[in-house]
Amino acid sequence: MEWFSRNLPYLLAGISVGGQYALIAIGYTMVYGILRLINFAHGDIFMVAGLIMIYASTVMPMYISIPLVLVATVVIGFLVERVAYKPLRSAPRMSIMISAIGVSYLLQNLALYITGGLAQQYPAIPWISDTITVLGATTKRVTVITPFLTIILVIALVALIKYTKIGMAMRAASKDFETSQLMGIKINSVISMTFIIGSFLAAVGSLLFFTNYTGVTPTVGAMPGLKAFVAAVFGGIGSIPGAVIGAFIIGICENIIKGMGWTTFSDAFTFALLIVILIAKPTGLFGEKSTDKV
Amino acid sequence: MKKRVLAVLLSAAVAVSMVAATAATAFAADTVKIGVYEPASGDNGAGGKQETLGIQYANSVQPTVEIDGKEYNVELDIVDNESSNDKGPSAASKLVSDGVSVVLGSYGSSVAIAASDIFKQGGVPAIGVTCTNPQVTQGNTHYFRICFLDPFQGTVLANFASDKFKAKKAYVLTKQGDDYSAGLGHYFTKAFEDAGGEVVSDTFPEGNSDFASYVTTAKNEGADVFFAPVSTEAAALIIDQAASQGLEAPLLAGDTWDSNVILNAAKGKNLQLYVTTFYQEGGNKEFDEGMKEFVNSDSTNKANNGGNDTIAAVSAMGYDAYFTALEALKGAGSTDPAKVNEALWDVQYDGVCGHIEFDKENGDAVRDTAYVKQANTETGAWEFVGEQGIK
Amino acid sequence: MTKKKETIISVALIAALLIVLYVLEQILPSTSMLFTVLKKGAIYALVAVSMNLLNGFTGLFSLGQAGFMLLGAYTYGILTIPVEQRENVYMYFDGGIVQFTVPVFVALIAAGVVAAVFAYLIGLPVLRLKSDYLAIATLGFAEIIRAVFQWDKLGPLTNGSNLLRAYPTFNSVLFPFLVSGICIAIIVMMINSTYGRAFKAIRDDEVAAEAMGINLAHHKRIAFVVSSFFAGVSGALLAMYQTTIQASTFKSAMTYEILLIVVIGGIGSVTGSCISSFLFIIFSEWILRFLDNDTYIGSFHVPLLRAGFRKVVFSVVIMIIVLFFRQGIMGTREFSIRGIYNFLTGKSKKKKTAKGGNA
Repeated sequence: MEWFSRNLPYLLAGISVGGQYALIAIGYTMVYGILRLINFAHGDIFMVAGLIMIYASTVMPMYISIPLVLVATVVIGFLVERVAYKPLRSAPRMSIMISAIGVSYLLQNLALYITGGLAQQYPAIPWISDTITVLGATTKRVTVITPFLTIILVIALVALIKYTKIGMAMRAASKDFETSQLMGIKINSVISMTFIIGSFLAAVGSLLFFTNYTGVTPTVGAMPGLKAFVAAVFGGIGSIPGAVIGAFIIGICENIIKGMGWTTFSDAFTFALLIVILIAKPTGLFGEKSTDKV
Repeated sequence: MKKRVLAVLLSAAVAVSMVAATAATAFAADTVKIGVYEPASGDNGAGGKQETLGIQYANSVQPTVEIDGKEYNVELDIVDNESSNDKGPSAASKLVSDGVSVVLGSYGSSVAIAASDIFKQGGVPAIGVTCTNPQVTQGNTHYFRICFLDPFQGTVLANFASDKFKAKKAYVLTKQGDDYSAGLGHYFTKAFEDAGGEVVSDTFPEGNSDFASYVTTAKNEGADVFFAPVSTEAAALIIDQAASQGLEAPLLAGDTWDSNVILNAAKGKNLQLYVTTFYQEGGNKEFDEGMKEFVNSDSTNKANNGGNDTIAAVSAMGYDAYFTALEALKGAGSTDPAKVNEALWDVQYDGVCGHIEFDKENGDAVRDTAYVKQANTETGAWEFVGEQGIK
Repeated sequence: MTKKKETIISVALIAALLIVLYVLEQILPSTSMLFTVLKKGAIYALVAVSMNLLNGFTGLFSLGQAGFMLLGAYTYGILTIPVEQRENVYMYFDGGIVQFTVPVFVALIAAGVVAAVFAYLIGLPVLRLKSDYLAIATLGFAEIIRAVFQWDKLGPLTNGSNLLRAYPTFNSVLFPFLVSGICIAIIVMMINSTYGRAFKAIRDDEVAAEAMGINLAHHKRIAFVVSSFFAGVSGALLAMYQTTIQASTFKSAMTYEILLIVVIGGIGSVTGSCISSFLFIIFSEWILRFLDNDTYIGSFHVPLLRAGFRKVVFSVVIMIIVLFFRQGIMGTREFSIRGIYNFLTGKSKKKKTAKGGNA
C-alpha cells in the first residue's frame, strides 16, 4: 500500500498527460491519413489556443471565453489549411511539409511578439482546477477528468467517422485520395473538416493541459506536438484508437521513467520508441498495411 | 525583362544597405553610446527585458554625462541576443561596429561568454549585470560584473536552508543544458553536503511542462527543502504543481525567481517560497517610485515588465549598471573604450543595490551579502526576510 | 563562350572574391559587422549545401543536421581546448578526462569523421524509411544526441550542461571562406560525378533507379554519410565562430533555419544555397535589426516596431517565399558565368534550362 501511494501520482500524471497527448495526436493522425502531411504547426495551434484563453479570460467570464477559445482555434486551424496547405495541393510532399514548418515558425514568432516572451499564467478554470485527493494522492481534478473526457470525445469521433456522410468521405479520402475525388467527394471540404476536428480537439486538449501545467510560452506546443505525433505513429498512423492508445502509453512511460530517476532521457525515450517502432513495425500497432511508408 | 531588372535592383539594394549600415558607424561628436546586450526573445527574454527596462529608466533619469568638462548625450544601443549562443556574436559585433564605449549585459551567462571575445577584439569593456557564472570574468580584463557569483549564491542558499529550516535533505532540480542552473545546483549541493546534508538531484529537459513527477519524487524522498535554480517559465509550472500536490517543503531559489511571474504564479497558493536576490523593493524609496512611474507611463514598458509594476531585482541591477558605466566614463575622461576599460578598475559607486567596486583580479563585484525574500502568497508581494552571508 | 573560358572566369572570380575580402579586412576594422555576418554566412553556406546534397539531390528528407553539427562542434572543442585551460573549463568535473590536444585542422577533420561515423550507424536503420518518416526519425536522433551530450554522467567528456570554451578560433574571415569553399567544392565534384548522377536518379524515381542497377541502400548511405561529414565540419566552424559550445544551441529550430535557407535558395541548387545563406544571415541578423527598436521619425512613433517584430516580418517573408516562389532564388539551376551572360543579354529560356544542373 505504501508502495502504491508513493507511485500513484506518477501513474496519475502519466494517464492525464497521455489523455492530453491523445487529443493532439488525433489531429496529426487524421491529417496525415488524408494529406500524408506531418502538420508541424499542430502543436503551435495548441499553444495559440492556450494564449487565446489567457487573453479572453481577462476581459470576459469563463462561460463565454471557453466556447470562444474552441471557436477561435477551429477558425485558425481552418485558415492555416486554406492559406498554407491548399495552394500546395499538387506540389511535392516536401514543399507542403516545409510550409508546415514555416507556419509553425510564424505562429511561434507571432506569439513571441504579442506576449513579449514572458510565460503567461493560465487562468484557473473553476471546478476542474480544484485540488482533490485520490486514494491518498493529492492532485488537480483535471487529472482525473482528462482520461474520461478523452475517451468520450474519441467515441463520439469514431461514431462520426463511421456513421455520417462526411465521415465516410474522410475514410474514402484517406484510402485513396485521387479515386475519392473521381467519385464526387468534395476533397477540399473533407480536408477542411479534418482540420476543424483536429483543431477542436487540440483546443480541448489545451484547456486540459494548461489547467494542469499553467504556463504558456511561445514554444510550449513544440514538445507535446512532437510527442503526440510519435504517439500517432506508434498507434499506426491514420488509426484514431491507435493514436489514443499510443498517447496513453507514451504519457505513462514518460512519467514512470521520470519516477525512476532517468529524467535526462524522458524525451529521448519517446524518440527512441519512435525509431524502434518505425523499424520493427512501421505500420504501428493498429495501422493498415501499406507499402508507402518504408 | 522585368525579372532581370528586379534581380539587378535587388542586389544593388543589398549592396547599398550594407554599405550604409557600415557607414552608419560614424556618430555625432557629442553623443556617447552605451551598448545594451540583452535577450529580448528566447528562454531568457523575460528577464532580459526587465534588466533592459532598468537601464532605460536610468537613462531617462540621467540622459547626459559630463566627460572631461564636456556634456555628452548618452544614447542606448539596444540589441537582442535572442538568448542564443549562435545569435549572440552578431548582436555583439553590431554593438562594437556601432562604436559603443561600454556594454552592459547580458542576462544569462552563456551568451555573455559567447560574446566576450567579440568585445575583447573590439577593445570594448563590458559590465555584466546579473550573469553570475564565474567563467564570465575569469581570465580576462575587459569583462566586469556588478552582481555576486554562483559559488557565493549557492553557498548562501545552502546556509539559509540549514539555518532556517534545519534541513537535512534537499531536493535539487536543475534544467538540462542550462549552465546557470547546473552551476548554481552544483555549488548548492557542494555546500549543503559539506554541512552534512543529503542531496537528491534531478534534471528536466528543455521544453518540459510536466513537473508532476518531480514534485512527487521530492515528496517521496522526504526532502526538507526543494531547491530549483531554473528560469521563470519552469518556475511558474513548478510552483503550480507543488501547490496542487500539497508540497510541504519550502521552495528555494536564486535570483531568477525574483520576478513578478513568480509572484503571479504563487498568489493564492498554499506554499512557502524563498529566494535570494540582489535588491529588495523598498530599499530605496526614490528609485522605487520613479521606476514604478516609468513602468506605468508606457504600455510597452508595462508589458516588458510582465504586466504590472512590481520591481524586479534585475531592473534595479540594470539601473546600477548604467550609473556604474557613467562613473567609468567620467573617470576615463574620454569616450574611448580602452580608457573606459582602464577606468572601470577604480570605479566606486553606491547604487540602489549597495556599494559597487571591482576586485583587482577578475573584475568581479565585491559583495558579501545577499537579500532573502519570501513570497507572501496572499497579497502577491515580496516580504523581506533578512540578509544572509557566508559563514 | 567556351567551356575553358568559363572555367577560367569562374576561378578568376573566386580569386577576386578572396582578394576583395582580404583587402576589406585591411581597410575596415576587424570588428565590423560585415565580417561577422560574412563569417556566419560562409559557415551556414556549407551546412546548407550539405543539407541540399541530401534533400535536394538525393531526395532524402533528413532533419538531423543540427545533431550532426553538435557532434562536430563537440568533437572539435574536446580535442582542441588547451590542456592548461581544461581545469577552468571543466570546473565541475576536475578538468575532464581528455588530457591532450590535436592541431586545428586535424580536429576539423575529426569533427567531420565523428559525425560521419554516427551518420553511418544511424543510417543503418533509418535510411530504410521514406520521406517524412525519415525526417521525423532523424529529427528524433538529433534530439537524442542532444540529451546524451547534456547528460551529467558524461560530464568529464562533454562538460554536461556547461559551456566548452577557450579553444582556438579564427579571426580572419578568410578562414571560414576557405574551409567552406574547399568543402563545397568537394560536394560539387561529388554531385558532378557518377555518384551525383545516381543520387539524382534516386531522387527522381527510386524504382527506376534501382532497375537501372543503382544500389539504393549503398548510395543513400553514401549521401547521408557525406552530408553528415560536412555538417560536422560546419559544426566545428560554427563552434569557432561562437567561441563557446553548448548543446542547447543545436535545437531543431536550427535545422529548420537551415532547411528554410535551402528552400529559399532553391532545392537542388548549390549556388542557390550559398547565396540564400548569406542573404538569410545578412537580413535576419543585421539589416532587419532596426525593426526590433522603437523608432521615432521626428515626433512620430512608428507603430508595431518593438522587440520581436523582426522575427515576425522575417517569418512572413519566408511563408511568402514558400507559398508563392516555390522555386526559391535559383530553382534547380546553378549560378554560372554563362547563366549571367545569358541572363543579362537575354538569351532564350531554352538554353538556360538546357544547362540546368551543371555547376
